[in-house]
Amino acid sequence: MMRFLLLFSRQGKLRLQKWFTPIPEREKKKIVRDMTTMVLARKPRSCNFLHWKDLKIVYKRYASLYFCCGLDAEENELLALEMLHRYVELLDKYFGNVCELDIIFNFEKAYFILDEFLLGGEVQETSKQVVSRAIEASDLLQEAEIDSTDYDLELGWP
Amino acid sequence: MAEVMLPLWFSHEAKELYSNQSIQEAADQDMSPSVRLQEMIRVIRGARTQGEERGVIQRECAAIRAQFRQADNGTRSHNLAKLLYVHMLGYPAHFGQMECVRLIASPRYNEKRVGYLGAMMLLDENQDASLLITNSIKNDLSHSSQYVQSLALCTLACMGSAEMCRDLAPEIDRLLRASNSYIKKKAALCAVHIVRKVPELGELFTPAARALLSEKNHGVLHGAVVLITELCERNIDTLEQFRKVVPELVQIMKGLVMSGYSPEHNVAGISDPFLQVRILRLLRILGRNNDTASDSMNDLLAQVATNTDSSKTAGSAVLYETVLTVMDIKSESGLRVLAVNILGRFLLNNDRNIRYISMTSLQKIVQTDHNAVQRHRGTIVDCLKDQDASVKRRALELSLALVSAVNIRSLMKELLLFLSSCPPELRAHTASGIFNAAERYAPSQRWHIDTILHVLTTAGGDVRDETVPNLIQLITTATDLHCYTVHKLYRALVTDISVQSLVQVACWCIGEYGDLLLTGECEETEPVQVTEDDVLDALETVLQSHMSSPATRGFALTATMKLSTRITHNVDRIRSIVSIYGSCIDVELQQRAVEYNALFKKYDHMRAAVLERMPVIDKSSPGHTNGESAGGTIKEMEPTKLTNELVLPKEPANQVCDLLDLLGGPGEPLHPTPAPSNTVKGPVMSTSGGDLLDLLGGLEVTPAPPCVKVYEKNGVTLKLQTDKQTDTGMNITLTATNSTEADITSLTLQAAVPKSVQLQMKAPSGDVIPAHGLGLVTQTVLLNNPNKVSLKMRVRVCYTSQGTLCQDMVQIDSFPSPTW
Repeated sequence: MMRFLLLFSRQGKLRLQKWFTPIPEREKKKIVRDMTTMVLARKPRSCNFLHWKDLKIVYKRYASLYFCCGLDAEENELLALEMLHRYVELLDKYFGNVCELDIIFNFEKAYFILDEFLLGGEVQETSKQVVSRAIEASDLLQEAEIDSTDYDLELGWP
Repeated sequence: MAEVMLPLWFSHEAKELYSNQSIQEAADQDMSPSVRLQEMIRVIRGARTQGEERGVIQRECAAIRAQFRQADNGTRSHNLAKLLYVHMLGYPAHFGQMECVRLIASPRYNEKRVGYLGAMMLLDENQDASLLITNSIKNDLSHSSQYVQSLALCTLACMGSAEMCRDLAPEIDRLLRASNSYIKKKAALCAVHIVRKVPELGELFTPAARALLSEKNHGVLHGAVVLITELCERNIDTLEQFRKVVPELVQIMKGLVMSGYSPEHNVAGISDPFLQVRILRLLRILGRNNDTASDSMNDLLAQVATNTDSSKTAGSAVLYETVLTVMDIKSESGLRVLAVNILGRFLLNNDRNIRYISMTSLQKIVQTDHNAVQRHRGTIVDCLKDQDASVKRRALELSLALVSAVNIRSLMKELLLFLSSCPPELRAHTASGIFNAAERYAPSQRWHIDTILHVLTTAGGDVRDETVPNLIQLITTATDLHCYTVHKLYRALVTDISVQSLVQVACWCIGEYGDLLLTGECEETEPVQVTEDDVLDALETVLQSHMSSPATRGFALTATMKLSTRITHNVDRIRSIVSIYGSCIDVELQQRAVEYNALFKKYDHMRAAVLERMPVIDKSSPGHTNGESAGGTIKEMEPTKLTNELVLPKEPANQVCDLLDLLGGPGEPLHPTPAPSNTVKGPVMSTSGGDLLDLLGGLEVTPAPPCVKVYEKNGVTLKLQTDKQTDTGMNITLTATNSTEADITSLTLQAAVPKSVQLQMKAPSGDVIPAHGLGLVTQTVLLNNPNKVSLKMRVRVCYTSQGTLCQDMVQIDSFPSPTW
C-alpha cells in the first residue's frame, strides 16, 4: 500500500499531504522534512526511486511541484510512477491546464480528487472518466445544496 | 507577492484567476465564504516575513475560533477549510477537531465533505475525538446518497481505529454484497483496511470477496483482487481456498491482455495496467510453493511476457510484475529464462528507472539463477559507467555477485577501472568486494598480488585494516615471487608514501626480502639498480615523514633493523638510526629502538637468527582473518596441528619483539611450520625454532622426523634424517647444532660413499653454528644408488671451536627410514 503522498514546491513548501497510516504529528513533520531534503537534493537526471528506512520512495517532478509517495517494500515502483501520473492527469482534467496555484488556492478540491482515486492507500478506480464524473457529481451536489441554502436564508427560514 | 506561475502541462501563461487583483476584486464584490477562503490564502502568501505570516494566521485563527463558537451560520465549512490550510502550513489546529465532529454530523453535504476531510487530516485513531465520529459514519454508510456513503467509507479506510473497524465491519460486509459498483469498490478497500487493523475479521469478508471476482466493473474487480490478496497474505487456510480461483484470474488477465483497445482503461497501449499488476501479484502469492497453481498460470505468464509492449512505463510495470511472479512461483525453466531475458532487455532501456529496476531484480535472483544472469554480465558491467549513483551502486553489487573463476580476469579489469573513478562513498565497498573476489578466484599468485597492490595504490585509504596482514601472508606464501613482489613494492614506495596500507606492506617486504633488491636481478620484472643506501633512504623517508602513521613508522623501523642481517656494508647506518630512535617521543618506536639497540649490543650473536626470514604464515592459523573461501580447502587442517600452532600476531613485525621477550624468559615458543618436513626449503629458510623447544621442554612438538644422531663431540651434534627414499637412491639432511657458549665457525662437511653410488652435496645453509643451540646448519645430500648396493657413508666434520680447529670422521652404516 501507499503509506503517504506529499506534494511540495521547489522551495520545500508543502502543498498537500495525505497519510494512510496513523502517525504522530511530530513524526509527520520529520518525514516531510526528510522527504523534501532527499528529493530536492536529487540531480535532474537521476532515477525516480529511492530507499528510505524500509520504504520505497517514488517521486516525480511536474513543473514546480514534486509529487512524492512512500510505498511498502513489495510495491511496484514503475506502477507507482503511473499512479502519480494518473493523479496529475485527473487534476489537469479538473482544473484545466493545472498549475501549482490551482492546488494552493483549491487545496480541498485536490484532496477530494485524490479521495476518488485512492482509498486506504490503494487505487480504487482505474478509469479516468469514472473518477472525473464522480467529482463532477459531488460538486454539483454541493452547489445544489449551497443554492438551496441561500434560498432558505433569503426566505428567512431558519 | 506574485508567485511564479508555472503550469504543469504545456501552457506557460499566468492564470489570471489567482492574481492579487482578481481575488481582491472578487472579495470586494462578493464576500461569499469560498472567496473569503481564497482571500485569506492570498493574504497569508502576501506576508513578507515569517513574523508577518504568523501575525496574519493568529488573527485568522482567532476569528475562526470565534466563528466555531457561534451557532450555525452557513460559514462553518469554510472556516474549517481555512483552518485546514493553516494546518498544512504547519500551525497547530487541534481546536478544530470538535468542529470536524460537528460538521460530519451535519445534514448538509458540503459540511460533511469538509468535516470528513478535516477528520482525515486532524483526527487519527490516537485522538479521543475520533471515536465520536463512529456513529456518524455508521449512519452515513446507509445514507441515501452514494456520495455521502463514499465520504464515510473513505474516512473509515483512512483513519478507522481497530475499535471502529470492529463496530462497522458488518456494515461494510453488507455493502460489499448489495450496492452499486461505485460503493462496492470503496467497500472492498475499506474491508482491506479493516483486515489490516483486525486480522480476525478476514473470515467475515472471504465469501463476499470471492463473489466479487465475477464483477465486470474494473474498479470493483481491482478492489476485490486487493482484498483477496490481503486475506491470503494473512491466513494460510484462506490462501489455500483461493488457489481454486487461479483459473478465473487467468481468464480475467487473458481478457485484459488480448482485448482490443479499450479507451476507458487504456494507458499507453496497455489495458488497465493497475488491474493487471494486482492480478499478477495475487497470482504470485497463490502460485508460490504450489506446483498445481504454478502450472495453471504458466501459459498466461508466458503470454503476458511476450505480448506486452514495454516501450512505455505502463507496459514495463506489467512486465516487471510478471518477472517477479515468474521468479517467485514454481515456473518451468524456459519461463524463467524468458523472465531473466526481459530483465536483460530492461538493462538496455534508455529509461534509467527501468535499468535500476532491472538490477534490483537481478540482484535478487543472482544466487538462484546464476547462469541466466551471467549472460547479461556485459550489460551489467557497462552500467558501472552510468551517471546515476543508485544505478552505479546496483551495478557494483551485481558485478561482484557475478565474479567466477571463468570471468575473473576480465571482470576484475572492469572493477579496477571502476574503483579509480567511482564515487567516494562506494570505494570501501568496492575495495573489499575486489579483495573477496580475488581471494576466491585468483588465477595465479602473481595476479593476486598485483590486484591487491593495484587496489592499494588506487584506494589504499579506504581498505579495511585486515588488508595489510592478509597481503603479507599472501606474499610469504608466494615464495617464487618474493623478488618480483619486493621490486614492485619498492618502486611503489619511492613513488608515493602517502597510502599507509601500501607503505606498511612495502616496508615489511623490503625488510624481509631487501637482499633480493640488492642483487640487481629479477626474473619476473625489470630489476632495480639500487645501493644499500638507496634502500635505507627509502625506509628512512617513511620513518621521518609526517604523513606516516605511528604504525607505519613501526613497520619502517623494524624493516630497517631486519636489513642489518641482509646487507653487508651499511650496518653502521642502521645502528645509528636505531640508536637515534631510542629517544623518540613515540613510546612504541622508542621501545622498539631500545630493544633493537640491545640486539646490536648485548645480543649481537643472536641477531642473525632473530632477524631471519620469516617462515610461511599459515593461512588458517588463529589471528589470521580468512576471506569467505568457498569449499573446504581450509578444513584440511588437522586438530593436532592447531594445538602446536601459535597465535601469530596480526603484525608480523611484532614477532621480532616477541622473540626478544622470549629470550628474557620462558614463554610461548615460536614454532614455524607444523607440516612434516617433506619439503626442503631453499637454503635461506632454515628452521630456527627446534632447539628452543628442546630447551624449554615439556611442550608438545609435532612428531619430529626420525633423526639419528651420528656425531656428538665438543658440544657439536650432527644429526641425520632421511627425507626421501626410493629403490635407487635417497635424500638425506645433515643437521649440525652447537651447545657451547660460543659460535662454531668454518664448519665443513665432506662425505664419501661406496663406488657405485653417486653423491651430490647441496650447499650448506651456512658455516657458522650459533651458540647455545640457538641455530643450526643444514646440508642436504642426494644419493643415487642405481646398483642398489647397501648404502654406507663416511662423513668428515671440520670446524673451529673457540679458536681450535677440530676434525673428525663419522661412519654411517644405517640410515633411518624416511618420515613416511
